[in-house]
Amino acid sequence: MPYTYYPGCSLHATGVSYDKSMRAVFGKLGLGLEELDDWNCCGATSYMSVKETVAFAITARNLALAEKNGGGDLVAPCSACYALLNKTRKFLGEAPALRADVAEALAEDDLECRLSVPVRHPLEVLMNDVGTERLAAAQTRSIADFRPACYYGCQILRPQRAMDDDPEVPMAMEDLFAALGAEPVDYPPRTRCCGGMLMATAEEVAVKLCEELIGWAQERDANCIVTVCPLCQGNLDILGRRAELVGGGRPIPVLYFTQLLGLALGCTRRELGIQHGLIPLTVEARPLPVEPAAVGMEA
Amino acid sequence: MKMRSSPMRGPSSPGVLPQAEKELREAFLTEAARIPGGELLNRCIQCGTCSGSCPVTYAMDYSPRQVIAMFRAGAIEPLLRSRTIWICASCYSCTTRCPADIKITDLLYALKRIAIEKKIFPRRFPVYVLSETFTDMVRRHGRNHETGLLLRFFLKTRPFKLLSMAKDGLALWWHGRMPFKPRKIRGLEGLRRIIAKAETFDRPQEPVEHDNLTDTVGYSAIMEPWGRRAADHENGRRPPRRRLATVL
Ligand code: SF4
Ligand code: SF4
Repeated sequence: MPYTYYPGCSLHATGVSYDKSMRAVFGKLGLGLEELDDWNCCGATSYMSVKETVAFAITARNLALAEKNGGGDLVAPCSACYALLNKTRKFLGEAPALRADVAEALAEDDLECRLSVPVRHPLEVLMNDVGTERLAAAQTRSIADFRPACYYGCQILRPQRAMDDDPEVPMAMEDLFAALGAEPVDYPPRTRCCGGMLMATAEEVAVKLCEELIGWAQERDANCIVTVCPLCQGNLDILGRRAELVGGGRPIPVLYFTQLLGLALGCTRRELGIQHGLIPLTVEARPLPVEPAAVGMEA
Repeated sequence: MKMRSSPMRGPSSPGVLPQAEKELREAFLTEAARIPGGELLNRCIQCGTCSGSCPVTYAMDYSPRQVIAMFRAGAIEPLLRSRTIWICASCYSCTTRCPADIKITDLLYALKRIAIEKKIFPRRFPVYVLSETFTDMVRRHGRNHETGLLLRFFLKTRPFKLLSMAKDGLALWWHGRMPFKPRKIRGLEGLRRIIAKAETFDRPQEPVEHDNLTDTVGYSAIMEPWGRRAADHENGRRPPRRRLATVL
């Protein structure tokens, strides 16, 4: 069954390259990905601060639509959407009072939310449903020149983690890219916060957080930072251009994990939206050195 | 329930909460009761793991651990006036690491909601304006339009900031990441009906029963109203809320 795709608002704007690379990678692997029809904003953290029941109700509308369409698992690449959709499932499942309220609200639009469709993150989908081996077998280009700093950020690990990985020291991306021949650097702040929306409301706090994240990547001599979240990518990409943050070093391009994976799978830079990055990516994927190992491994 | 705005009034005698504090406590407990696991609040051992895990403690006036301590001590009003609740980046580090399973992040959200309801912050306060602009955007389009959101947000809060941000904005636009036209969803009418209905459930939703509140501070102040309110709900319209675990 094809996955139901919930892009979320960011992937239609600042995170457009995440959207492109998601579609490119899923297409290359032959995995069905159908956009959830008429999805609405997940509400992000903004709604949570103002009106709680409304926040849960509008998020639940998406869950209800996914159930109604009878599609496959809901895949949400944006970490904030992922966390909120899952938080809504959890809270509605555990708090009967809240669930009754939300059900009553959804009934206004003839919708019903049975919480039957799981919400998943693409990283977890690719790691568990496809697996590193099949991904490595589908590789057509070498990414040996890449030394990614794999940055997970907050919301796919907390409060509910997406992967069966250690929530403090996740290694999923490192394992994936090492299997594809890249050289992931050791990146201790992998689960630290980028500041998220503080970038708009308390900029100096977000700047300090990102400064540390960038500094650490420079220190470990990474030549790109790989993220799973449009907010992390946006913050690091925008701030990474500021001279005062980069010190004397070179700005480090910030990729989505689907972009680096797509390069290894032979997608073009344009298909993956590499051109949307503010800090230009100078490292290139190259032809695989030996005979392509992947023969007849259509996913 | 109107809150005296200033100055903060201390207890009239040791161990007795002032009326304003009692009302805030009631509001906070009502909010916390809707959080699964919210009732674990009284299990805090003041270990400080939350404060140590928080990446932005340095910018807060009260650390996450202090937030719990102050609530127990009967000092919610300073919390509502604090920078802390607005500085929290909602990264959940504290919540995942808390050995007592206290939902600190969600409790901070509850405090934010009460502070907003009571309008305890300067006009044009950034986080509030951002939330309001955001929710208005969703009501209008069903989706958030990042370009419009940021434009409106900075126009309302710090218009001059727009000038210094223009460079970043232009770079994003130049790289095809700032579409100007918002997209509307088709089911907008339905979504609006859902929002309107859901709004009726948000606080203030139930009359505050002052006489149910205890006069004491500390643990008993947390526990008593909770137990009684849970009992009140047993015959009520809504399913009963969780009873506070007696773990002390
Ligand atoms: S980590 Fe939990 S138990 Fe420890 S001080 Fe913070 S809230 Fe209390
Ligand atoms: S959720 Fe908020 S309080 Fe908790 S660690 Fe993150 S920023 Fe600090």
